[in-house]
Amino acid sequence: MNTPFYIAAAVAVISTFMVITRRNAVHALLYLIVSLLSVALIFFLLGAPFVAALEIIIYAGAIMVLFVFVIMMLNLGPQSTEMERRWLTPEIWVGPTILTALLAAELLYVLVRVQVRPSDINVITPKQVGIALLGPYVLGVELASLLLLAGLVGAFHLGRREKSDGGGRA
Amino acid sequence: MISQIPFEHGLLLAGALFVLGLIGVMVRRNIIFILLSIEVMLNAAGLAFVVAGSRWSQPDGQVMFIFILTMAAAEVSVGLALVIRLYHVFKTLDADCAGKMRG
Repeated sequence: MNTPFYIAAAVAVISTFMVITRRNAVHALLYLIVSLLSVALIFFLLGAPFVAALEIIIYAGAIMVLFVFVIMMLNLGPQSTEMERRWLTPEIWVGPTILTALLAAELLYVLVRVQVRPSDINVITPKQVGIALLGPYVLGVELASLLLLAGLVGAFHLGRREKSDGGGRA
Repeated sequence: MISQIPFEHGLLLAGALFVLGLIGVMVRRNIIFILLSIEVMLNAAGLAFVVAGSRWSQPDGQVMFIFILTMAAAEVSVGLALVIRLYHVFKTLDADCAGKMRG
């Protein structure tokens, strides 16, 4: 019945397991992106297209780019060129590629071959989500904006370059 | 053929992903991996919310997912700033090096 769901769930569990067992942080990031994509596909199958799009745009897009930036900042050194040479060997990218190809095939199958009757899945449209978000949950939106402002100020304060060498400030 | 996904199976998947993230937090000592595992756990919690919202066909689950997303973004920005600071001070990413407090 729900074969696409079980395939996507298996991909999510496998790629998450690979995330916590990798040694190299960038390889773990690759697998984490695959895991997030499969969770987005599960959201899509659950009838929640809005959060599926948000999952890809914000999680797999913005937050992962932040991780890549930090890993790149910390990785400066003579060993990075040698590391780059090792990144191009096939056994590193073949795992994420296979899992992502599985997800892409599944997405194509769902888009092309499956006719869904509207009564089969109770789809929650972005309109309903928006009405709920700015209706009963408007206080939560205000609190989220405060939280984001605090995160911005905190990240700016912590990420400033020290004038003196070493020596963390109290 | 696609029909409604069983509620229990969605929650089971969310629980499995959460446990994997928890294992990652407990086992790994590299602080970047700890942050990645926290992301996995937050994502699993959001998945549970969306599954429950889909079960009762209410938008509340997706609203909670948006809040979790916001919180994850704020958390990861502060966390990564702390990682950079930790690396500048200790020259390592080992979380155990930062286990002692000063003062």
